[in-house]
Amino acid sequence: MAMKRRAGAVLALFVTSALLASACSGGGDDEKAAESELYKNPVTLTWWHNASQDGPGKTYWEKVAKDFSAAHPTVKIEIEAIETNQLQRTRLPAALLSNDPPDVFQAWGGGEMREQVEADYLKDITDQVKGEVADIGNAAEIWQVEGKQYGLPYRMGIEGIWYNKDMFAKAGITAPPTTFEELNAAVAKLKAINVVPIALGAGDKWPAAHWWYNFALRACSVDTLKKATKDRTFDDPCFVKAGQDLKAFIDTKPFQNNFIATPGQNDPTSANGLLANGKAAMELMGDWNRGTLDTVATDKAALGKFLGWFPVPAISGSAGDPKAALGGGDGFACSKNAPAECVEFLKYLVSPEVQKGYAATGTGLPVAKGAADGVTDPALKSILESTSSATYVQLWLDTAFGSTVGNAMNDAIVAIFAGNGTPEKVVSAMKAAASK
Amino acid sequence: MTSASQTRMPAGGVTAPPAGLRPGARAASRRAETRRKWYEIIGLTTPAVLIYVLFVLVPMGFAFYYSLFRWRGVGPPTEYVGFRNYALAFQDPIFLDALRNNAIIVFGSLLIQGPVALGIALLLNRRFRGRSAFRLLVFVPYVLAEVTVGIMWKLILTDGGTLDALLRSVGLGGFVQAWLADLDVVIWTLLFVLTWKYVGFAIILLLAGLSNVPPELNEAAEIDGASWWQIQRHVTLPLLGPTIRIWMFLSMIGSLQVFDMVWVTSVPAVRSLGASATMATYMVDNGFFARLWGYGNAVAVILFVISFVAALLFQRFLLRRDIEGAITRKVK
Repeated sequence: MAMKRRAGAVLALFVTSALLASACSGGGDDEKAAESELYKNPVTLTWWHNASQDGPGKTYWEKVAKDFSAAHPTVKIEIEAIETNQLQRTRLPAALLSNDPPDVFQAWGGGEMREQVEADYLKDITDQVKGEVADIGNAAEIWQVEGKQYGLPYRMGIEGIWYNKDMFAKAGITAPPTTFEELNAAVAKLKAINVVPIALGAGDKWPAAHWWYNFALRACSVDTLKKATKDRTFDDPCFVKAGQDLKAFIDTKPFQNNFIATPGQNDPTSANGLLANGKAAMELMGDWNRGTLDTVATDKAALGKFLGWFPVPAISGSAGDPKAALGGGDGFACSKNAPAECVEFLKYLVSPEVQKGYAATGTGLPVAKGAADGVTDPALKSILESTSSATYVQLWLDTAFGSTVGNAMNDAIVAIFAGNGTPEKVVSAMKAAASK
Repeated sequence: MTSASQTRMPAGGVTAPPAGLRPGARAASRRAETRRKWYEIIGLTTPAVLIYVLFVLVPMGFAFYYSLFRWRGVGPPTEYVGFRNYALAFQDPIFLDALRNNAIIVFGSLLIQGPVALGIALLLNRRFRGRSAFRLLVFVPYVLAEVTVGIMWKLILTDGGTLDALLRSVGLGGFVQAWLADLDVVIWTLLFVLTWKYVGFAIILLLAGLSNVPPELNEAAEIDGASWWQIQRHVTLPLLGPTIRIWMFLSMIGSLQVFDMVWVTSVPAVRSLGASATMATYMVDNGFFARLWGYGNAVAVILFVISFVAALLFQRFLLRRDIEGAITRKVK
């Protein structure tokens, strides 16, 4: 009997101390080494990135971490590679809430970063990374909130239309379309030779939504878009116009049959697979597409030969800047209480030597000047040229507006594609989500 | 159960008080006994209760608490909105679609799986060569991991997949559908896949029930001249009642909470249009992907309340006789 009582007491004690321990693990860590103390004390940086699939991207980050530790023996880096959706939607938000976040982690900029800054999760690195920001240029703005820098990109690119040069030649299209009138004509010519003009992975929602983003970019002025991003107001009629233009474009039936069921990438039946294996002539996609097309192509050599890229065509007489482009990137940020070494690691990640090596992995376009030499693929080269000549790069609208508005917007756009949505409903869904 | 064995113990147990003791001593020993009984109850149930409270009741309390906030999962919840999230959910046509889909799956599963499982179970209950092999085969889909089954059916049903090729090769190309993408077809496709997977579970339950039917009754009916069908209808089926009702209960709760299969097989675009959404997928889509944590918790609470009420009603009206004495009446 007595023993039982003791067991109960021990159990209660155990539970209480466990609760206490978990409650305590939050605090502490506030006193971090000052700048002068850099590399004096041993520190461990936890690094969460999204290159979770085995491949050059993942191995490259392992090498980068090892090189950094070799150069600075006091710094130990613990990597955790987590699939993007899991990282962005569950792991990172939960870790940031728990007061025990990773030190360095994936940051996509835009609306999400704005919220993270408002919740005081991120380290202000403005003063330490002035040189890097100057080198990266306009792209670094995406990782700024109210003029302060909270993260640095390592990959950045604009989206455009990837196309099959052989099919274009066969259909008698002499030059890549520069206006939507020319694009419509090209679609007609491709249909005439019985080719699917444009592959679309509407099943994943965002590949479809990106068409609307481009119409919005053409219909809305840069100021309108900037204001919408900042204030979450979508009253400008240009947002309805974007949907109307999209609807008119969908009505020309440029996409493959059953595009609502087609996934975007990663699988031979995806939109990527259709383009990569010569079953469709065009696809709207970001700069990472060079790598993802390769993974689904049955004949990589043939793909390399026929693949071309051109910027999204302009719409004549629209309010938008015809030289503006949609784009986005990947970056890293340091959590508020990360040691000072974290910022040094961020700087190292965007240093020309690391960026050159990154470009060589072929998983995306580097951001640092001088690293572009590592890019050899002709399609990627034309993206680099267009990126640097773009007058304005608008971050993907769903990232820019934050996931709540972004998700509602994408769903409403997909409804237009499915035939049961309207241009007005997209705007009302965005407004409703902004207040949700 | 615990208390039942407790009350029995003193009778033949070593701790029974010897006869002829003073009344006071007897009372004292009875008190000691009661105390020991309580120690045992507490000692045996504490771990389970603790785990239950920590991992079931506390999270449920948190879910309800969070559901009252407009909260995006960034920083602690501060914007109290009362029951606004609940109102918003019932105003969202996609959530109503999800409710309708759950209803289709609940009733569809009962109406299709029930008769099919009963027929196969009766068949497999007869003696024939290869019976165990058949029993095993029927149960295989249920044993397979949900995600594996989902991916398998996705590959079969995808546009131009195995099923389409099969239909075309036998001249039934006209029946080819966008099985997983046609907004009017997809929920029935899902119902089919769920039936395929879970009918095995119903069959095994019913077979277990059938093995409890005393063969003497069948023999007696046979001697009285009843045909095989009459025996099944008037002897076996009534005796199978408790098993059928338990299966109905499990099937209903499972159908209300169905998530994995829908998540794996359905196309995100089709799901977001409401055609293949269930309450659980709606909760994840909105809670995590649209980052509406407060709202997602509200949906979770709605899902819980619906399941809970359905379970209570079912127990109250259909399971009453089966569980009588177990939870409806105090055990003495």
